[in-house]
Amino acid sequence: MILVVPSLIITLMYFMFQNAPHRPGTPSPFNNACLIMLGVFPLIVMFLITSITMQRERVSGTLERILTTPLRRLDLLAAYGTAFSIAAAAQATLACVVSFWLLGLDTAGSPILVFIIAIINAVLGVGLGLLCSAFARTEFQAVQFMPVVIAPQLLLCGIIVPRDVLPDWLQWISNVLPASYALEALQQVGAYAEPTFIAVRDIAVVVGFAVVALCLAAATLRRRTP
Amino acid sequence: MVSSSHDELLRRDQDIVIDVQDLRVVRGKRVALDDVSVQIARGTITGLLGPSGCGKTTLMRSIVGTQIIEKGTVTVLGHPAGSAELRHRVGYVTQDPTIYDDLRIIDNVRYFAALYGTDAQAADQAVAAVGLDDHRTALCGNLSGGQRTRVSLACALVAHPDLLVLDEPTVGLDPVLRVDLWEQFGQLARRGTTLLVSSHVMDEADHCGDLLLMREGHLLAHTTPTKLREDTGCQSLEEAFLSVIRRSTAAAAG
Repeated sequence: MILVVPSLIITLMYFMFQNAPHRPGTPSPFNNACLIMLGVFPLIVMFLITSITMQRERVSGTLERILTTPLRRLDLLAAYGTAFSIAAAAQATLACVVSFWLLGLDTAGSPILVFIIAIINAVLGVGLGLLCSAFARTEFQAVQFMPVVIAPQLLLCGIIVPRDVLPDWLQWISNVLPASYALEALQQVGAYAEPTFIAVRDIAVVVGFAVVALCLAAATLRRRTP
Repeated sequence: MVSSSHDELLRRDQDIVIDVQDLRVVRGKRVALDDVSVQIARGTITGLLGPSGCGKTTLMRSIVGTQIIEKGTVTVLGHPAGSAELRHRVGYVTQDPTIYDDLRIIDNVRYFAALYGTDAQAADQAVAAVGLDDHRTALCGNLSGGQRTRVSLACALVAHPDLLVLDEPTVGLDPVLRVDLWEQFGQLARRGTTLLVSSHVMDEADHCGDLLLMREGHLLAHTTPTKLREDTGCQSLEEAFLSVIRRSTAAAAG
């Protein structure tokens, strides 16, 4: 499921946009939308999977138990991060291959960069998921964190309304949400052949967010509890 | 006092595994443990008995080092409870089996073997020790309650711990299994493992060398089954425990 669903949805979008008119010379609407999906999917899917898995681990008591073993907390997070990132990498690989080869996605920049951004988004999703799991009492609550954490990011990142026409205060909020940078980086890669300064800076910012989320998540793993 | 001669016995034996001094724990707004001091010697099976909600689990969590304590000290094997040196020497089996339902028995135990830094062979031995050799490839989600308890126990045994803290390991088990488990606890103790086992079923107390009787966050007595019977003049441990409670309530009132 994790592997195939994003590719299927991107394929669905391909057919959605098949007859959509667009001015010759401009990139097709599918191109734009597909690029966005390649960035958004890893973030959403990994957020959901990690927050629910970690929440289960906390509630079932297995987390408390494995924290009584010699395991270090950073090892635990790194292990979770790696395991889910490998899943995310497989997912992104498949989605990129389907988009670029079968559906004729065309970017000015290298597909490798698109792939890298997708992976970084996945790691960000893992970090945010681990962090949010600390605040959910049940799996049901963990799922509800998705609209809370992910929806505002998608609304304000410039997919629906370009960021520079948002009201000032919303632009400020948009500026502190990681998805804004992830999407901007993807659009830069779509538009320019060489990696631009903005793209590189944005990637660095997203990596920074991911690291901060993982560190905060580590702080929520307490060996001693009340 | 029920426990005085026992303290002398411990002092002669310098091999103290658990040393709790003036422990006070507050959970939420309730005082879960107050003024608890106890010493437990190596190679003993100590039964921690008392009605549910009396602080048994809190005391065990303090000893394992997962409980934030307000006052007092807990020293285990010469180190403060919960310190890094102890993490591969203390095994903890929680009241609800903490295992992964979507993994097979052997994979659960191998996972904990990896966490404790022991090998796959240790995992095989631990599964055999709890009598689940025939089911080793069964998914834990499909097991019965008693089997799950035993998998959870195997996950602790795999570390070959010096101290094994077991929170109500026999709850909900049939009599045959209970006898089996106590048999295993006895074997472990004979090999030098120290066991602290909680239960709210008094008839299990006879399997223990030492008894800790608790009530409402206080330690009422540190005694042995024989001594408890002598002191109270009761044959059944159930009655003996009730008599200790009555005596302590009377003392508190007077």
